[in-house]
Amino acid sequence: MLDWLSDNRALIAAALIILILVTFIISIVIGKRQTRLRAKDEVFGDPQRTRGGWYWALCGVCSILLIWFYFSWGVGRAYFPQAANEMCQIAKLDEAVSPIAASLPISSRYFKSTLLVARNSDQLVRLQSTLPQDAFTEAEQTELNELIDQTRQLIVNSSNPENLNQEAQAQLLDLSAQINELSAELRGGYDNFTPTEEALAQPKWGVTTTEIPILPTTSKGMLFDQVAASAESIASSFVKVRNKIPANDTLIADIKERISVLKEANEAGSFDERTAETRNAYVKSVDRIFKRLDDGLIFPAESLGVVNTAMTDLESAKQEARGSLGIIDAIFFPGAGVVKSKTQCTEQGSARWLPKPTDVVATFGQLANPDVEGGGGYRGFPLLWWKWLPVADVVGFLTPDWIADVWPGEYARHAADGTIEPNTKDKILAFAQGETDLGSIPMLDGHIWDSLFRVLVALFLGIVLGVPLGLFMGVSKFFKSFFDPLIELYRPVPPLAWAPLILTIFGIKDDGKIFLLFMVAFAIMVISARTGASGTQLSKIRAAHSLGSTDRQIMWNVIFPNALPEILTGIRIAIGVCWGTLVAAEMLAGTTGVGFIENIARTVSDYELIWVTILIMGILGLLFDLMMRWVIDKTIPWRGKG
Amino acid sequence: MADLVCNELNMTFTNPQTGDAVEALKNINFNLSKGELLSVLGPSGCGKTTLLNLLAGFLNPTSGEASLGGKHIDGPGVERGMVFQQGALFEWLTVSKNVDYGLRMKKTDAATRKELVEKWLDIVGLQGFGDTPTYQLSGGMQQRVALARCLVNDPDVILMDEPLGALDALTREKMQSLVLELWKETGKTIMIITHSVEEALLLGERLFVMAPRPGRIHKEYRLPFAERGLSESLRDIKQDSHFGEVREEILTMIWNMEEEIMGRA
Ligand SMILES: Nc1ncnc2c1ncn2[C@@H]1O[C@H](COP(=O)(O)OP(=O)(O)OP(=O)(O)O)[C@@H](O)[C@H]1O
Ligand SMILES: [Mg+2]
Repeated sequence: MLDWLSDNRALIAAALIILILVTFIISIVIGKRQTRLRAKDEVFGDPQRTRGGWYWALCGVCSILLIWFYFSWGVGRAYFPQAANEMCQIAKLDEAVSPIAASLPISSRYFKSTLLVARNSDQLVRLQSTLPQDAFTEAEQTELNELIDQTRQLIVNSSNPENLNQEAQAQLLDLSAQINELSAELRGGYDNFTPTEEALAQPKWGVTTTEIPILPTTSKGMLFDQVAASAESIASSFVKVRNKIPANDTLIADIKERISVLKEANEAGSFDERTAETRNAYVKSVDRIFKRLDDGLIFPAESLGVVNTAMTDLESAKQEARGSLGIIDAIFFPGAGVVKSKTQCTEQGSARWLPKPTDVVATFGQLANPDVEGGGGYRGFPLLWWKWLPVADVVGFLTPDWIADVWPGEYARHAADGTIEPNTKDKILAFAQGETDLGSIPMLDGHIWDSLFRVLVALFLGIVLGVPLGLFMGVSKFFKSFFDPLIELYRPVPPLAWAPLILTIFGIKDDGKIFLLFMVAFAIMVISARTGASGTQLSKIRAAHSLGSTDRQIMWNVIFPNALPEILTGIRIAIGVCWGTLVAAEMLAGTTGVGFIENIARTVSDYELIWVTILIMGILGLLFDLMMRWVIDKTIPWRGKG
Repeated sequence: MADLVCNELNMTFTNPQTGDAVEALKNINFNLSKGELLSVLGPSGCGKTTLLNLLAGFLNPTSGEASLGGKHIDGPGVERGMVFQQGALFEWLTVSKNVDYGLRMKKTDAATRKELVEKWLDIVGLQGFGDTPTYQLSGGMQQRVALARCLVNDPDVILMDEPLGALDALTREKMQSLVLELWKETGKTIMIITHSVEEALLLGERLFVMAPRPGRIHKEYRLPFAERGLSESLRDIKQDSHFGEVREEILTMIWNMEEEIMGRA
């Protein structure tokens, strides 16, 4: 069932999108009608006007989903499930001809030869103008100037069509003809192509981590795949063509000679260190430019014209063969489309970092699957599940070992026959170390639970210690003055700034994170309890005194309930802040937790997983807040009515 | 025997910033016998609340002594019940929990508590409101709860600081009757501070008019209206010509004091 859902996610998305679209339109219609109905009996500015309006909420949710579906290419995949595969084949052709296109004014503005001429000429001019006069003798300077002029002559010769290497010309003509054949092939249509069994057996788009199936699954794709294969060999021949012209042969020999003479002079002469360096560097620069020009990569512009024409024609043949796919690409696949890199085709644009809603759900399903052996969970740990927790573990955690140490008597020694008879002290030690079998209790388990557990324990400690301290600080000069500086000094530091220190001291396990969160929760609870306590009306306290309460009774019966609204608000804030801090702390260190999952997902750029963790955190945060709001409504109905 | 006695009571406040001293009370001497009903009147700032706070034990006098039944007043105590202007009710408790607060602090057993709460709610006219949260009550009802909460502790003296100040005229009149009724029925010593001359006349067997700067008792009256209020309607008393005369006299007195303050300022 789940596999079927997973395989047919495009189909499901197609149905969902229609449903969402219809809901979207209906909600707008209802909203419009309701607005018209109520237009008269509501005054602008009346807060009652914001009541209700579920249809607009629905409309908002639908628009978010639609935007998500669209920009994640979810719409495109739902209605054109083959599009990405075909775009991949076209991308293959683009990749194959890219070496040719790169040297023509197709993928850049100029011929590559033009750029080479421009760059090398510029550099020669600069070199000539920066000739270091104090490093070379007069004669050498003349020599170098001549050398540079000769090098420039290489460019001039190569650019002249009359000098064009005959063999190269023949090769270029031949390649153009081959490219034209490709164009013809593309124009010839794809009716007689059928995709291979192997291609059809590939997993569908988006089902595996490779995303887009690479072998062509449609006849159109077959055509492009085949053309791309031929184009690849043409391109590899193209990059080997060189314009080595006879007119340059003597020049080259001469330049080589002059350079080696200069180099020898550099080595033989006894110059001071700086001069030697300058001389060497200069000669080397000249040599570098010369070697670049010696490669025969500069062609006269006219000679490449035929290739350029052939390539332009190939491009238009490609567009023709692509047909409607071009429009679909432009409309439904925002961004740079599909790009083929070495081994795979990838989605470029918003879809690269924004996974499709259905894929996020599928990834979530995979994570939520408690069957860890069956590939569920994350890193061998379920997302949220339960397990049998031995009671002894809890007892061992809570009971300190020194209880056994201070017990009167000695630990058992091994007897003469090599046996050990444990006495009471040993048994207490075993108990304190959690080695006594006390049965098991069901306990929650998994990444989410680990995160929750850390927050809850820290929050519990923060409340239990922070609230009493805060209350006393609200009513006692000693407590206020003694603890105020301590708390005010550590509180303003962002919790994450403490993290490196605390994780070092307490270790990267739960202890460190719990302590970090405890610090956060503690400060918030102290401050809110204190505000609540010091906000108690004097008349209430006086009334309580006159009614015969002791100080302790006033603390518990007047000051505490009076501070309760502030305390609960404090808890609500503390939960939010702890949750935020926890995720960041888990990203810093640890091996479980929601933040841990996101951190790993980040390092491997698994955007689906990143989004899943973001959604989990958002939903849990929302649940916390709703729960606290409910608790506040239920426990302190008198709030603000005193 | 349970006499409330003030002997040469002085209270001076010192402003901690400027060091200025304010003589809030100077040479206060009076003796209130058990069962007497005293109302205190005076212009704003003449030290009425300060006097009450001294008697309640919330403040310590600079010099002099206050005692109740021969016992020196030092700190708040159950024998001196307080009713504040704004209920000072515990809004997180229900009406009956508010009323039996004092009993719970004394650890009285539940049955007695229940009985007493019902009795007092009945007397102040709040029968059936026991389980209502106090924030759902009207202002007048809240003051009734405050009265019941104070009376349930059976104090010797009841000290009230403008207890009816925040109520509307009609509710106020009803509450005035209630105070008189309680006075008669319980025979408690009651000291009531008010801003309203009429209220002071109606709710004062004895009446102190205080004067400011330094705060002192300017004039004392002994009045028949409270006694009459037990049998007659309060509205009729207000029509009485003697009532009118005294009222005019006191009003002029306070008016002159206010004028003096203004002139000095
Ligand atoms: N805690 C205090 N510190 C300094 N001065 C005070 C303090 N409490 C009261 N005073 C001063 O003592 C004087 C008497 O104040 P008090 O509150 O007793 O007046 P009152 O008669 O109750 O006035 P009102 O009718 O407005 O309630 C005032 O001048 C006031 O400024
Ligand atoms: Mg006052």
